[in-house]
Amino acid sequence: MPAAITIDGIGKCYQLVLRAQRYHMLRDVLMAAITAPFRRIAGLHGYGPAEGKFWALRDVSFEVQRGEVIGIIGRNGAGKSTLLKILSRIVEPTEGRARMKGRVASLLEVGTGFHPELTGRENIYLKGAILGMHKEEIDRKFDEIVAFAETEKFLDTPVKHYSSGMYVRLAFAVAAHLEPEILIVDEVLAVGDTEFQKKCLGRIQQVAQGDGRTVLLVSHNMGAVRQLCDRAAYLRDGKLVSVGPAAEVVAEYLNSALETAQDNLLSRPRFVTLAPAIAGFSCRPAGGAAHVASGAAVTFQLDLHVTEPIRNAAVSIMFNSDQGYRVLGLSSRCETGLLTLAPGQQTILCHVDALPLAAGRYIVDLEIFSAERVADYIEHATAIDVVFGDFFGNAQTLLPLEGPILARSRWDFQCGPV
Amino acid sequence: MPTDVAITAAKRPAQPPAPAEGTIPEFEIRPRRGWVPIDFKELFHYRELLYFLIWRDVKVRYKQTLLGFAWAILQPLVTMVIATAVFGGLAGFSGRMSEELIARHVPYNLFVYAGLLPWMLFSVGISTGGTSLMNQQNLLTKVYFPRLFVPASVIGTALVDTAISFGVFFILMAFAHVAPPWTVVFVPLLLLLTTLATMGIAFVLSSLTVTYRDFRFILPFMMQCWMFLSPVYYPLTVKKAWEQALVQANPLYGLIEAFRSCLLGQHWKWKSLSISVLEIAVLLLVGLYYFKRTERRFADIA
Repeated sequence: MPAAITIDGIGKCYQLVLRAQRYHMLRDVLMAAITAPFRRIAGLHGYGPAEGKFWALRDVSFEVQRGEVIGIIGRNGAGKSTLLKILSRIVEPTEGRARMKGRVASLLEVGTGFHPELTGRENIYLKGAILGMHKEEIDRKFDEIVAFAETEKFLDTPVKHYSSGMYVRLAFAVAAHLEPEILIVDEVLAVGDTEFQKKCLGRIQQVAQGDGRTVLLVSHNMGAVRQLCDRAAYLRDGKLVSVGPAAEVVAEYLNSALETAQDNLLSRPRFVTLAPAIAGFSCRPAGGAAHVASGAAVTFQLDLHVTEPIRNAAVSIMFNSDQGYRVLGLSSRCETGLLTLAPGQQTILCHVDALPLAAGRYIVDLEIFSAERVADYIEHATAIDVVFGDFFGNAQTLLPLEGPILARSRWDFQCGPV
Repeated sequence: MPTDVAITAAKRPAQPPAPAEGTIPEFEIRPRRGWVPIDFKELFHYRELLYFLIWRDVKVRYKQTLLGFAWAILQPLVTMVIATAVFGGLAGFSGRMSEELIARHVPYNLFVYAGLLPWMLFSVGISTGGTSLMNQQNLLTKVYFPRLFVPASVIGTALVDTAISFGVFFILMAFAHVAPPWTVVFVPLLLLLTTLATMGIAFVLSSLTVTYRDFRFILPFMMQCWMFLSPVYYPLTVKKAWEQALVQANPLYGLIEAFRSCLLGQHWKWKSLSISVLEIAVLLLVGLYYFKRTERRFADIA
């Protein structure tokens, strides 16, 4: 089968304009003010001192076959979106090349191209045109799009009055009914309700299997990637770590979190962070046990390096299954309320008497919330292996299919146990 | 390995026949240097997008206004009334129109309005076109489509307004009992020239504004100076000799005079028009060149 996409050594470099050195004297300040526009112009043209180069993507090469669904996975900031933007021709690579066979349609953000003042009907045509569709093509697909989006009743209402769910449905529907040979989709599955997400997944599957078109998709939903994709490509820090069968690559990605568990977490890339503070995380099973066991007492330790006081703060430790679903969260907010974290080295201990997690591997996200904003957030900070433990006191446990959370319950059989 | 084949076939039962090679467009993505040639085939493929973008702007512009579409008529009319009162009345320029226009009983308001037609297209087109890329950054960073259409479409929107203004102009002429000469048939040609001049400048400015937001603030001053250098509100003869030379160097000078020639029957100033055409050609080429050179950076810095 011929390759639909051939990516060959693609790289993208961004120039970072770092904050200039501190000003010491008024003379310096004035000189800096006078020369600033010139330095800025020089910097924008790349003539100025190379203050910081950042390779968002480097040396990425792989092929995608026609009719294949390929998932691009990796942490935030791994370069997934940059890759999609390059392949969508929105940004130009700094080096390397890619050959695309076929028309490309990309859906990088769901609402792009919609105008709030226009009605649903008008926006379908506008968005279709932005995606490169012709009017008669949109005419032909119109009913199908409307039916998919389930917005028949509101077709002549301006979309600014739409609920966010309706908005998303309509936006996805237009893009999903394009007939390009290559469809590029970025994390659209993160929006909308579960029912609609299922529908989107189904549509993507249909596009690939039924129509033999190629789909490139970025998702943080490892379950979806496993289910939907033939293959996956795993990016880390802008580099391609591996490409292969989806299940294998997803497992590799989730396991890689463990390898880096001993890292200083301060050096981890962060994306929605105001003030990086989380420096370390560890978990200590009670009584010096070697493993964390279901139902056993465990102490989680967070080492913080706080530079400025974080007010109204709460700390959360969140656990995701190896499928990528969030299964359990522990938050100081629920136990102690909001606190102020003073500057300096801080150690926070979180004691859990009986860990309600079934045996398995869990990926841990860490978060500090401050006044309802995210002060620091580390996705996939580490992974912990929970081994079998006697949660119920009778050597029983849940089967993997029954779910990862353990809870005590009382059962009352009116008919009496047999 | 027959088993492998069977498994693959089971997973993908309906592999559609591959479209004939050659019907599928193929393209290469790679870093480019310098000037990128204009892809006319692609512009043609996306032609309906240009129409939809203009249609969107026209449709949205007067939403949530009380007077709605009437604004398209009122804007040039009110400008004309003010300019006629200030320049024609207070400054007394109405008596300084050329003999031939006075002989044809052309009132000062028509003289002003005929100049306003290209001027409004030009100034609105540049003001909105110059900031268009900046305003559409959401689109620039999320979808691929020919970027030239962003400034081009807002100029198209200004052109729709101009068409409405023309309707008003002919009504005003009827009221003033001034009949247009036969040369009125050249209006579309002159409008095309005005549009091209507007595009050339808007292409450069829109690209500059994306990179250096300073131009957002420079733009209004620039347009003010340009207005004083254009014989919209005054006949050229009210200026001193050196000022006249400056005004005549303005690419709009030949155009505005040509509009008055074909709408009001003023004699044609062929020399000025030729200079304007040359200047417009240069502006357009420079605009396209600069735009296509900088286009690839838009999504990175928008």
